[in-house]
Formats: sequence, C-alpha cells, structure tokens
Amino acid sequence: MNKKTKTPFFHIVKRGEIPLWQSIAIHIGALVLALVVCSILTTLITGLNPIKVYATMFEGNFGTERKTWVMLHALAILLGISLALTPGYKMRFWNIGGEGQVLIGCMASGAVMHNHPEIPNALLLILMLVAAMAAGAIWGMIPAFFKAKWNTNETLFTLMMNYVAIQITAYFTIRWEVPKGSGKIGVINQNTMAGWLPKIADQQYLLTIIVVAALTIFMYFYLKYSKQGYEIAVVGESERTARYVGIKVEHVFVRTMAISGALCGLIGYLLVAGSAHTITTTLSGGRGFTGVMVAWMAKFNPILMILTSFLIAFMGNGAQEIASRFYLNHSFSDILTGIIIFFLIGCEFFVSYKLEHNKHREEA
Amino acid sequence: MFDIVSFFPRAVVQSVPLLCGSTGETITEKSGNLNLGIPGIMYVGAISGVIGAFFYEQSLKAADKPINTFLGILIPMVCCLIGSLVMGLIYSFLTVSLRANQNVTGLALTTFGVGFGNFFGGSLIKLTGSEVPSIALSATHGCFVHKLPFAKNLGWFGRMFLNYGFLVYISVIIAFVAAYILRHTRHGLNLRAVGENPATADAAGINVGRYKYFATCIGSMIAGLGGLFYIMDYASGVWSNEGFGDRGWLAIALVIFTIWRPNIGVFASILFGALYILYLYIPTGANQAIKEFYKMIPYVVTIIVLVATSMRKKKENQPPESLGIPYFREER
Amino acid sequence: MIGTFHYNLKHLLELVNKEVSGLDQQVPAVAMRNITKTFNSGAVVANKDVSINVFRGEILALLGENGSGKTTLMNMLSGIYFPDDGQIFVDGKEVVIRSPKDALDLGIGMIHQHFKLVDVLTATENIILGLKEEGKLDLKKAAQRVKDICDQYGFELDPYQKVYNMSVSQKQTVEIIKVLYRKADILILDEPTAVLTPQETNSLFNVLRNMKADGKAVIIITHKLNEVKEISDYVDVLRHGEFIGSLKTSESTTQEMTNMMVGRQVSLNIDRPDPVGQDPRLKIKDLTVRSEDGVLKLDHVSFEALGGEVLGIAGISGSGQKELLEAIAGLQVTEEGSIMYVNEDGAEEELLNQDPNKIRRKGITLSFVPEDRLGMGLVGNMDLADNMMLRSFRAGKSPFTDRKAPRKLAEQVVDELEVVTPGISTAVRRLSGGNVQKVLVGREIAETPRVLMTAYAVRGLDINSSYTIYNLINEQKKKGVAVIYVGEDLDVLIELADRIVVLCDGKLSGILDARKTDKNEVGLYMTSLHGEGGEENE
Repeated sequence: MNKKTKTPFFHIVKRGEIPLWQSIAIHIGALVLALVVCSILTTLITGLNPIKVYATMFEGNFGTERKTWVMLHALAILLGISLALTPGYKMRFWNIGGEGQVLIGCMASGAVMHNHPEIPNALLLILMLVAAMAAGAIWGMIPAFFKAKWNTNETLFTLMMNYVAIQITAYFTIRWEVPKGSGKIGVINQNTMAGWLPKIADQQYLLTIIVVAALTIFMYFYLKYSKQGYEIAVVGESERTARYVGIKVEHVFVRTMAISGALCGLIGYLLVAGSAHTITTTLSGGRGFTGVMVAWMAKFNPILMILTSFLIAFMGNGAQEIASRFYLNHSFSDILTGIIIFFLIGCEFFVSYKLEHNKHREEA
Repeated sequence: MFDIVSFFPRAVVQSVPLLCGSTGETITEKSGNLNLGIPGIMYVGAISGVIGAFFYEQSLKAADKPINTFLGILIPMVCCLIGSLVMGLIYSFLTVSLRANQNVTGLALTTFGVGFGNFFGGSLIKLTGSEVPSIALSATHGCFVHKLPFAKNLGWFGRMFLNYGFLVYISVIIAFVAAYILRHTRHGLNLRAVGENPATADAAGINVGRYKYFATCIGSMIAGLGGLFYIMDYASGVWSNEGFGDRGWLAIALVIFTIWRPNIGVFASILFGALYILYLYIPTGANQAIKEFYKMIPYVVTIIVLVATSMRKKKENQPPESLGIPYFREER
Repeated sequence: MIGTFHYNLKHLLELVNKEVSGLDQQVPAVAMRNITKTFNSGAVVANKDVSINVFRGEILALLGENGSGKTTLMNMLSGIYFPDDGQIFVDGKEVVIRSPKDALDLGIGMIHQHFKLVDVLTATENIILGLKEEGKLDLKKAAQRVKDICDQYGFELDPYQKVYNMSVSQKQTVEIIKVLYRKADILILDEPTAVLTPQETNSLFNVLRNMKADGKAVIIITHKLNEVKEISDYVDVLRHGEFIGSLKTSESTTQEMTNMMVGRQVSLNIDRPDPVGQDPRLKIKDLTVRSEDGVLKLDHVSFEALGGEVLGIAGISGSGQKELLEAIAGLQVTEEGSIMYVNEDGAEEELLNQDPNKIRRKGITLSFVPEDRLGMGLVGNMDLADNMMLRSFRAGKSPFTDRKAPRKLAEQVVDELEVVTPGISTAVRRLSGGNVQKVLVGREIAETPRVLMTAYAVRGLDINSSYTIYNLINEQKKKGVAVIYVGEDLDVLIELADRIVVLCDGKLSGILDARKTDKNEVGLYMTSLHGEGGEENE
C-alpha cells in the first residue's frame, strides 16, 4: 500500500468578527465585479464600450425630468415592498408571499374604487386604504397562524398564497372587464377620477414617494426603538431567549405578519390609487420577490435598503434604456439584476467564513 | 356531454411540464435544497433548446436541406440540458459551496432565468424579423411529435395513451425511475438522509456537498426538459415571451401536493393539468370569469395538503427536515 | 496518598513501551500520542498533550468530570475534529483521520451521546446508510444481517421499525449495530448509560462483555464510578483536558478513582459570610418532571430555599439540575408537585406551570442565570445595552422602549463588574466567556431579585472572573436574597454554599451542611442515593 495519507489542504472556518471596513470592502468589491461582468455582457451584446454602457444607463435614469420621476417611483415602490417584508424576515419568518400580499391589497382597494365611485373622494380614498391594508394583513396572518400553531412551512405556504391572490384578481379582472372580452378592466373612473390619489405639486408620483419616505422612517424607528420591534428581534435571534423573558413567540409571529401584510397592502393601494388606476394580475410585477432580495442585501436595515433598492431600480431603468436604444428586449434588466444579486449573495460567504490553511505534519 | 377521450390527452400534455418540474424539484429538495429557481431554470431550459433548434434550422435553410430527425431532436435536447445544468451549478455553487441563503438565491435565479429566456427569445424574434412576437420552429416541432403511426387506429385506448410525442413518455419514465431510485437504491437512501439530517449523513461517510450538487444539477436538467417539452411539443415549436407562464411555481406546488413522491406526481400532474383546462369543458354560460377560479384550485388544494400534513405530523409526509438550511460541519 | 495516582506521563509511556516490546501481539488497537486540541483560535484548550492506549479484548473507561475533554478526545478519534497536534496510531501504524469515513475505514466506530439517526428511516436503513457495498440495495438481506448481529451479541431490535417510533434505548441499539455492521472492532461509546434505565444498562453491559469476548476494543466515556467498576478493565482519567493517570480497574477502589477525577480538595479561599434571616423563600414539594420523550428527569424532589443563604445543588450532569431551575423559572412543564414562593408578607404564591411573564406580573422578582448564556440568557448578536433591556423592555406605557435606562445600566455593569469590552454597543457574542457571564449576572442582579438562580455560573471562566461571580453571589446573600447555585466544581460548592442539595438520577440524594461535609461525601451522594454504594470501598 503506497497510498500516502494527506492532510486536507485547507478547511473552512467561521469568522469570529470582521471589521466594518473589511465587510464594506468585500461588498463593494463584489458589486464592482458584478458591474464589470454586466458591462462586459452588455458590450458583447450591443458593442457599446463599457463606459458608454453606464453612461447610457445613467441617462436612462436621469436623462429627463420624466425619467427621473419614473425612476424615483420605481425606487419608492420597490423600497416600500422591501420595507413591508422586513419585519417578517427580522424574526426569521421566510415570507415569499409579498407578491400576493401586495396584489390582494391592489385588489381590495380596486374593488372599493370600482364598486363605489359615488362615495365622496376623501372618504373613498380612506375606505380603499383600509380595505387594502386589511386584505394584506389577512394574507400575511394566515400562513403565520398556521406556522405558530402547527409549524407549517411558511416559505411554501406564502408562495402558494401568491397564486391564490393572482387568480382572485384574474377572476375579477374578467368579471369587470371593459369592454367585454378584452380581458382588461381599463382605467377605473376615468372621468370622475374617483379614488385617485391627488397630484402634489402637479407630480403624480410625489405622494407615493412621500408615503414611502415616511414608511422608511417609520420602519427604522419601529424596528429599532419600539417594544414590538425589540420583541421581533429577540424572537428572530433566539426563540429560547424570547421564551426565557416571557415573550409569546406565537403571538409575535401572527402580529408581525399582520403588520407586514398590511404594509404590503398599503403599497398595493399606492399602486392602484396612485399610478395605475386599474387592476391587473401583474401590478406587483415580481417586485414581491425582488423586494426579498433588496431587503436581504441590505441586511434588513431600512436605511441601507434605500441604497439597495436604488441599485436595483437604477439597473432596471438603465437596462430598459439600453434595451430600447438598441432594440433589445426589455427583459435585459432582469438578467443584470440577477447577476448583481448573485455576486452580492456570494460575497457574504467571505464575510462570514474564511479559508484556513492546515498546518502540515511533515515532522511526524 | 363531457368527452373524456378528448379531454384526457389535453390534460396530459398540460401535465408534462409540471411533472418534469416537480420531479426535478423533488430530487433537489430531497437533498435539502429548496430551489425556488425552478421557474427560471425551466425558462432557461426552454430557451436553450430554442436557440439550438433555431440555429440548426437556420443552417438548414442556408444549405437548403431537409431536417434530420435525429439531429433535430438531439441538438435542442443537448442545448436544453446544458442550459439547465449551468443554472443548477450556479445555484449549487452559491448555496452549497458559498452557503448563501437558499430562498434569496432561488428567487434571484428565477429573476435571472425568466429574464434570460425572454431576452434571448426576444432577440431571436428580432433576428427572424417576423411581424408576430414569436419564433416558430415548426420543423423541430415535427421531430418532437413523431407519434406511433398506428396509435390513432386503436380506438379510445390509442387516443388516450399512445398518441403523444416521445417526451411525454420520457417524463413519465423519469418520474418512475426517480421514485424507484429514491426508494430502492443506495444512492436514493443516502440522498434522503442528506436532506433529512446532513450531520448524520456526514457521520455515516456520505459526501453531503457532492450529493447536494448532483441532486440539484440533475433536478435542474429534468426541470429544463419540462420547458423544452412546452415549446417543442405543446406550443408547436413556437416561442413567445412569457408564454410559459407560472407553470414553474405550479411545479413547486405539485411537489408539496405529492408529498415528495415523483410516482404520485405522474397522476397528480395530470390532475393539475386537468384543473388547468377544466374550464374549457365545464359549461360556464355567460360567466367566463369562473375559469380563473378553477385555475386557483391547484394552489388551494396544495395549501390544504401542506396544512393537513403539518397538523397530522406524520413523519413520512413532512418536508425533508433540513430543507432550506445550509450545512456546515463544524457549526456548533 | 492521592499523589501516587498522578502518574507521570513519561513513566506511563515507558510502561506501555515495555509491554509492547515484551509481547509482540500487545500492540495497542489505538494509541493516541500527545494530542492537543484548541478551539476559538487557541482560546479554549480542550485537550492538552493527552496520550492513551486501548488494547483488543479490553474495555477502557475514559473517566472525567464534565468539560474534562473526554468527548473532544474521542471525537478526534472518530473524525469529527482534527487535532491541532499529536499522533494517532491504529495497530501500530500512524494514521490521519480526516472524517468519520476515515475512522470507519480504520475500524473505529463511535456511538455519540446525541444519536445521529435519520428519524424517517427504518433501523435497517439507518444502519446501512452510507455503505458502499457491492450490488444493488437489498434491504431484506441487510435486515437479516442486522438480525444476525442482534442474535450474536444479544440485542433486541425490529429491523423494520422507524426510528421516530423508538425509545432512547432502541435508538442506542441501532447506533451500536450500525457500527458493528461496518465491522468496526474499535468501539467508542459516549456516556451510553446516561439515557438508560438500570435494566437497559444491564443489558447494554452484557452486550459489551460479549464484544470484549469477541476480541473488540471498547472505550466507554463515563463519569459514573459504579459503572466503571462493573464493566471496565482499565480506567484512564482526564481532568481539565489533561491526562491524569491510568488505573487497572480490578486493583483500584471507587475512592481512588473519585480522587483522581475530582483532584485533591484544594482550598480556594472563597468567602462565606454567615447566612442572614434564613426565612423560607421557596418551598419545593414533590416536584416531578418528565422530558418530552417520557424520561423521568425529576422524581418527587422536595427542599426549601431560604433567604440569605446560598443553596448549592450538586449532581453529575444531567441529574435534573436544568429541569429543576427551569421549572422554578416557569420554563418547564411539570408533571406534579408544587413550587411555593413566600412573599415578603408571608403570603404564598404557586409558581408551578406559570410563564416568566406571569410570574413577573405577580411582582415576584426571580432572577435566573441559565447554563446556556448566549442561547437563552442573552442574545449574542445584540449589544450590551440591548441585552440589558431583555428583562425590562416592557416597562412603561409608551410603545417605544426606554433606551436611556438600559444604557445606563450597561455602563454601570461594565464599570462595577469590570467587564472588558470595547463599549456598550458591542455585540455580546464578541466578548470573552467571563465577560459574557458578568453581563448576564449583572443584568439579573440589577433587578434586585428575592431569588437568584445560577446554573454553572463559572463554567469556562478564568480565576478572576470566577471570583467576581462568587463575590456577587455573596453580596446578594448578604442582602437576604435566596441564592440557588448549581455547580459542578465540588471545591467551590463546599466553600461557597451553606447547604448542598445533592441530586442523583433526578432524585433527591441528600441535603448536606456544606460547612461539615467534604468532597468525598458529596461525591458519594452524587453517584449513589444517600451514599449507599460507596460503603464497600471504605
């Protein structure tokens, strides 16, 4: 037997702590790498030089006032959804049902708007808001209830709830379609503008942006300084510690998901009353899923989420610009978003772990 | 009158993408990886096949030759498998080697994959310069739907069971083989152990990382075939963006519905497929909207199954115990 | 005379070498040489320069108190850990064991304390898991072999039973057969009897004797002396990660082994102020707790804790200490009994099956320093200030938490207890063990409790930190607090406590006056009810 016994060349060790600058450097490194890969890909497809790629992207976001508003609106909606999802994730409740929670909010507010255009506008808007938040809250609470009671897998449950919401919306879209057979509702209350959120300073999107800005501040304080936020953090970190200090873990699950769902409903309301003025099954547009990634990349910090949702919104709008200038397909942005997220997810490894060389045992 | 002989085959062709997706996802989940990238992988599998077939057909057109059935099947198939394999590798590398969060990775993979499919689909559409936003690969479609010549002459039996393209039978065979492997072979046993309790599997000398990689990659390739079937067989070789729809998510639902058993998946997928098209057969009268409610049934039923299994707590019917959790040996 | 048992390592090696050269066949099945293993980049030394030998046809008991490094040492033999330094020989050949698979290939099989079984699989499926046998999987054949092994060594097991339906003893049987099925001839059992009833222990020992007769080398990790006496041929003793000595079982007494295991009684010079008041504070009666899988953890335990005294609780690990404290704290479901809390005005409150919040709302301040500091008492990822809030965050009507008071408290604790930390905004998991404990104890004491419970309060702490904790406990005692101190170091218990409640197998073994007892007496109460078993060795 001539097989030499070898010690493994290296092994993976969990890092104790890592200085903040090092962690930031790793993230920035990953982002730069991702942007380089994105630009190489774009160059290959369009023939643009990489610098031009980002110049075009920049124009796509800030080229005109209109484009800037569109970008800010996209950012606000994405940020809003990410913020709404955050409390759940803080307590390690893997909710990937944001899509459904937003959509059911759209549906509820749209239903009120469609069925009761006669109500005075201010009251109608309030009713729509209440309906949207209640619907979202219910959508969030159902999986949480089963998780608390029977430990039902919340990831799979919330995923399924998305499609229940989509089909409910699809059902009403057809019931209320205008004209019959078009499969679309079209703009609701086109003439009376009942249930439309007012423009501020003649800007349609401004109100939405303000609401989300307020939500950001609210969420920051809620998570960091409120008693409920504290309970959420303790439950997320350690259910045993939570029980040790008398926190009712099941109760916190349901309450937190009610809040999270209600806020998703709020975003749905903003989408319907603030910009779309109609209901379609694609109103949420996958942002319920993207929001998970945005929140995760920001480590569930509301302030950092502004950055990560800006990154995604910027890349999205920038890729749209490239796509339309070069007659490419608009899905280009999804590819770039995917690449960036791959890199940012992957780099976490180097924050939490390091590779260590094994001592050689030649002396033995 | 409800015509089962014409209804059944339609349900079957609806079921194949779901079956492939769920078989693939079941194998993946048995290793403890919850791959939410399946919808993206199916898109990539489909578009890879389409790209392969497209360039093959283009080269034929240039040379003015008829299509070779063997190559017409092989080229799209190999492209599809490679495309889905790469997706599986990305997922495995991130979640197994780099221990990234499985949910986030899966969602990113779906975003990427769906975008990839639609983007290249759209680009090919531009290349063909066609008026309609779709690519028609009718020659390749012809290769994929070669059927038994005598099937139609065998009455209702032939029409219900023998009158399909070969991918239908392959998907069923894969599902049964997967069920057999999981249940009755050493590798299947080891794989189940990895998904249930990786620390135990590790202690028993099983290479946990390798099993996770293999299961995920093979699962991805099977799921990719589902995408290929959808385009080349069901959709008559026509790629249109977003055409595949939400079948990827439905496939994940099917995994839960079948409580992680691919052989049940064969029948359950036909049931899901039937629910998908049921509205066409049930008189709805003026109420067209009700069909959307029928489409909801698979998801609602899945939720009921999920809740019921968690309430009954029967160990065999639970999701693999370590589903979604990365494994690190020295974690204490 | 105790000193004579402290064998010099070199002396021992010489002894072994002589034996080896004298008898060709007597090459040890396993020899570990100068093994060192540290954790946390050298901060925690689990094993230091340990060398042991095991021969075939022999049962070796590896004896030592909790935390003496027995399991770590064996984990290196079974491929779970990789040693920092040292060599391992199997049958005289040096080997490198990188993984459990390597170990099994060498014929080494370990039965862990926490079973490594897949619940949804059957006994046979678990047993053949990971095997690379020729041919296709034949469960029937495998089940037959399992039956054969059972017959050969005297096990009872249904090969087709699912693991989740099994009792603890059945699961252990599966683990052992798993190792035998792989033809392991070097077996390591990590505290195998900790979870067994006396009858089950007996049948296990019969099996072990059969294995020994079959020429296998068996290592059994334990801290139960009567079992060592009953089953082993040799005893190797570890203490604080170091090898202390080796004894031939038939030539030594339980007393000798105890002495080697616990070490000389050393004077620690811990202050022990006289108790004050001594009014009954907690009256515990017939407390009975059963674990989720039905094992009796506490069996009709009754005692009183008095204000102004330190009540020590002694017992080998897993004798019910954890369940006792958690039952009082409202964290453990109990089967029967009562826990009466006596108020300042003499009124009594039942604490049985309450939750911590309900207890608090009754105005009872009951502080609890649990064994698992970062998994239960504190939140590792939160900073000092946030951890201070765990008990008090509900105070006040505002929906927001009061941030100032916890910060002040954190600063105060850091200041008074000399916690070494970069600041109060540092996550507690980044602090060293001693500082973590100071933070936890500091918070619990700040509540001005009337009852203070601590579990293994000085485990893993350096000398200075330990004394800080003792002083804090004494201060509380002087204030009239009823302190319950669960400890593993008998020297400390004897010097710190006023009375010592000794638990053995979940039963009350005795209540001793700490001023009058000594280490040996406590040790005997720990290992056998009322010290009965020890008499034969006197």
